[in-house]
Amino acid sequence: MLTGDAASQQGPAADAARPHGPAADAAAQVIRAERSRILATLIRVTGNVDLAEDATQDAVVRALQTWPRDGIPDNPRGWLLVVAQRRAVDVIRREARRAGKEAEALALLDPAPDSPEAVRDDLLRLVFTCCHPALSLDTQVALALRTLGGLATAEVARALVVPEATMTKRLTRAKLKIKRAGIPYRIPPAEELPGRLAGVAATVYLIFNEGYAAGTGDDLIRVGLADEGLRLARLLVDLMPDEPTALGLLALVLLQDSRRLARVDDDGRPLLLAEQDRLLWDRAAITSGVALVGQALSRTPDNPDRYVVQAAIAACHALAPSYDRTPWDAVISWYDVLLTVHDTPVVRLNRAAAVAERDGPAAGLALVGAIGGLAGYPWFHATRGELLYRLGRADEAATAYRAALALDLNGPQAARLRDRLADC
Amino acid sequence: MPTYIALTYTADVDWSSPEQADEMAEYREFGAAARAVIRGGSALYPTATATTVRVSGGKGGDVLATDGPYAETKEALTGFYLLECADLDEAVATVAKMPAAWNGAVEVRPVIPL
Repeated sequence: MLTGDAASQQGPAADAARPHGPAADAAAQVIRAERSRILATLIRVTGNVDLAEDATQDAVVRALQTWPRDGIPDNPRGWLLVVAQRRAVDVIRREARRAGKEAEALALLDPAPDSPEAVRDDLLRLVFTCCHPALSLDTQVALALRTLGGLATAEVARALVVPEATMTKRLTRAKLKIKRAGIPYRIPPAEELPGRLAGVAATVYLIFNEGYAAGTGDDLIRVGLADEGLRLARLLVDLMPDEPTALGLLALVLLQDSRRLARVDDDGRPLLLAEQDRLLWDRAAITSGVALVGQALSRTPDNPDRYVVQAAIAACHALAPSYDRTPWDAVISWYDVLLTVHDTPVVRLNRAAAVAERDGPAAGLALVGAIGGLAGYPWFHATRGELLYRLGRADEAATAYRAALALDLNGPQAARLRDRLADC
Repeated sequence: MPTYIALTYTADVDWSSPEQADEMAEYREFGAAARAVIRGGSALYPTATATTVRVSGGKGGDVLATDGPYAETKEALTGFYLLECADLDEAVATVAKMPAAWNGAVEVRPVIPL
């Protein structure tokens, strides 16, 4: 593919205050993995997102201070939950004493069941609360990145390209609305699930992409996000095993993630599909992804789901023995199907890139030229540059590469484009 | 349990006119069905009967009463309900059965307990 391997965003910086060294890294990884589960359980128990966040943050800080020194406890989740719960109890007691409602407040804090089922349900509750339709879509995504992804507010702001002050206000307003308007913390009843799934799927995919698009592979937070997206996609399939959207989303995430190890070279530069070592692709992930596409397609005979179709495109690439033997006819047909349900300029751009591979750069360039509304999208210019370069129109290609470089790209991606520019 | 106010915004109508009998009957039907959560509410006379009051110059200042609703819009505030529901989902599900939901829109807001 000529375009970026996934939606690209610049990456949030690693936790500056974190201690370093292998023990600290291992501890940080476990903490990241458990953080959203602890938060989800605490929200259920206390019914208060802000309080739960503060208490979870407190436990995370304590763990980051002590685990690298003392080792990771046998039951890390239990450790974190106990510390966070103690902290929440302190706060509730203090506030209840003020209001004279101590007994009532403490009754809220039953010891939380820690069965895998309960943890799974708590997480799903958190997903559906963050993605409640009474919140705007922008807010849903921001809240999910903050609570489920564990990103700091500044990181969420950077990821969604919004000033930090705006993001702080948006998140504060969202948490107040959840509390005041009584947005329930629960998994919706079965009849409401399909209507709620679109927002949830979009959010989960964005969380995955936030992690996946980082590409550099040495940033714990971002790898953690990709894993979180994958885990949430699996949870949705557990919850809704017959929903094509859930199946398609998991298939898509698995197929994209199967390329994780092949996506960067030794210097951390992103590699295009054509340059990747296919032996590094995760065969097991591809097998499950392809099986899920089949399952999802059999459930969508006449109304294709956009995630299923995107997964089908990813499957064409995943199954091709080499880039040269990519079944471009099939890829292009799937793009045509995708356009019937999800017609966006970016989809048109990706289709044009596939046409260029099958019919040559001139055919691709004609299609790219007809796409409007992508002047601010770096991959639009990069794709044009590549096609012009292949046609031997070096000056025009250079102009296009410069246009791409003037826009928002992460460091390694920009370095790649500068190399191409030097060849023009 | 939280209390919500559901403000119905529809074309400005006169509920007391005989032409509104059918729709009023639909509201009565809704009222009977949602009796468990309805704590109060009323239909309002049309906006032509509205008076907007302001006090200029701060507390104790001049009372300025003007003809018409606070905000002149195509769809007007035509009635309200007070609902006591477990959470926003129940409030939304209840409000979705009000005729105003398909004849206009209903704004749901939590009420601060006094």
